[in-house]
Amino acid sequence: MPAARPLGAGGPAREAWRRLRRNRLAMLGAAVLLALAALAALTPWMAPYSYAKTDLAYGARPPSWQHPLGTDELGRDLLTRIMWGARVSLGVGVLATLVSLTIGVSYGAVAGYLGGRGDQLMMRVVDILYGLPFMFFVIILMVVLGRNIFNLFVALGAVQWLTMARIVRGQVLALKAREFVQGARAVGGRPLRILAIHLVPNAAGPIIVYATLTVPAVMLEEAFLSFLGLGVQPPMASWGSLASEGAVAMEPYPWLILFPGLALTLTLFSLNFLGDGLRDALDPQVAR
Amino acid sequence: MLRYLLARLLGLPPVLLVIVTASFFIMRIAPGGPFDMDRALPEQVRLNIEAKYHLDEPLLRQYLRYLGDVVQGELGPSYRYPDRSVNELIALGFPVSLTLGLCALSFAVLMGGLAGVLAAIRHNRLADYLTMAVALGGVSIPNFVLGPLLILTFALWLGWLPVAGWGTWRHVVLPSLTLGAFYTAYVARLSRAGMLEVILQDFIRTARAKGVSEALVIARHALPSAVLPVVSYLGPAAAGALTGSVVVETIFSVPGIGRYFVTSALNRDYTMVLGTVVFYSGLLVAFNLVVDCLYAYLDPRVTY
Repeated sequence: MPAARPLGAGGPAREAWRRLRRNRLAMLGAAVLLALAALAALTPWMAPYSYAKTDLAYGARPPSWQHPLGTDELGRDLLTRIMWGARVSLGVGVLATLVSLTIGVSYGAVAGYLGGRGDQLMMRVVDILYGLPFMFFVIILMVVLGRNIFNLFVALGAVQWLTMARIVRGQVLALKAREFVQGARAVGGRPLRILAIHLVPNAAGPIIVYATLTVPAVMLEEAFLSFLGLGVQPPMASWGSLASEGAVAMEPYPWLILFPGLALTLTLFSLNFLGDGLRDALDPQVAR
Repeated sequence: MLRYLLARLLGLPPVLLVIVTASFFIMRIAPGGPFDMDRALPEQVRLNIEAKYHLDEPLLRQYLRYLGDVVQGELGPSYRYPDRSVNELIALGFPVSLTLGLCALSFAVLMGGLAGVLAAIRHNRLADYLTMAVALGGVSIPNFVLGPLLILTFALWLGWLPVAGWGTWRHVVLPSLTLGAFYTAYVARLSRAGMLEVILQDFIRTARAKGVSEALVIARHALPSAVLPVVSYLGPAAAGALTGSVVVETIFSVPGIGRYFVTSALNRDYTMVLGTVVFYSGLLVAFNLVVDCLYAYLDPRVTY
């Protein structure tokens, strides 16, 4: 373990970036994700066909030159639908992660800062929530609130913050005892300001790592809900709803499950690689 | 230890109360009721039905009535299957879901644990890399993609196992694999990390210095400490397996609680949904208690 360096240029951030760059798998994952994000952003201009227009005369064709990934039973181009699905899947992944980030970081930071009784109570609540079948509540919420994308990412973000709260609370608890925080308190800094300026930024490493690992978890959950018919509604597609449609028709038309599954797996793989790489880069003690 | 156990047991009722209350009111703010058909019911019929299920009473009374029923272990009638009570439906589906979940989790703990320990012993060698690559794949493939692919391969193309349904042991294999894959992979990663950490510690070196055989060092000295992360993961894993069974039971047409749950959520069969959530939450809370006790038993550093 090298001694801690001063913050700023050449500090821990650059050090971490150097370590991350050496990790080929993580960089490959990052490249795949960037390419996918670009593809998703440009879909409205790049998609070769319409995602909704059906053509029954051209239903369920295997991959060909006109339709590289084939067509579904209603004659819609699968590549186009996977591209539109990427927008939903990646979008929900990022937005729901932001929701969970906001709740988890504030909850954990407050608990850690309070310490003592308040902390114990707040963490006990987290312990209890941890043991609950959360996806059941999400399913109920989706049924109750109506199935639109906005509700989807609020519901998913609202159940994904527990681990984040634990991590941030642990960090804040440890940092709170350090001299610079004591100093800030001694000169009369208000608690919220100390939290926002001194405590949370210093916990950035673990927060970033865990956020990267939350994205695939949320994407999986979105796909899971869409698979059950509780996520995005047709004719819009997400990778989960495409996999669901594909699973029904896979016996005669295996490409309908194969390609959406591949897209989803590739993305989750990349995110996990990147998350693992980030953890090793930002937290050298854990690295093996 | 006994005091701790008692305190935890006393903590259960408030938790369950919160769960019952939250799910009850979430279900009731839903627009549209279980008896909203495409065609409006005649006024008198609707009133009769509402009176029969006490839906005409004030919300608070309904809540207290439900609470009283739950305390007595009575989860009410199903709105959609009028001749069946929720208890009966759960009793019908639970053994199936339990079998599936237990098979999946035992597979995950045994195979995942074994793979993780082997990978740790062969640290940074080919076996280690292969195991971890497979494990990363297992974490990344969603169960609803894996399930259909397994059906396609082993049921439709090779014809070794049935496509779907429930009854013989042959029906259990594919759903358990599908449900357990993620946990197997995760347990493998956890136990590998745990083993790598333990193996460097002093008491292991002492054991080796005493001349204990390597196999015995791993099995007797290192393993109990190395599996601690796995034990604490069992709680979340059980919760996840219950949730995952919703999808797996749908894919494989397994008549378990998960499938009932989705159908009833879509049908707005309130009592059935509520009953399932309450039942599963209770189960999980109890299971977590058992896991905590197991943890304390395995880790001598934990005191109360």
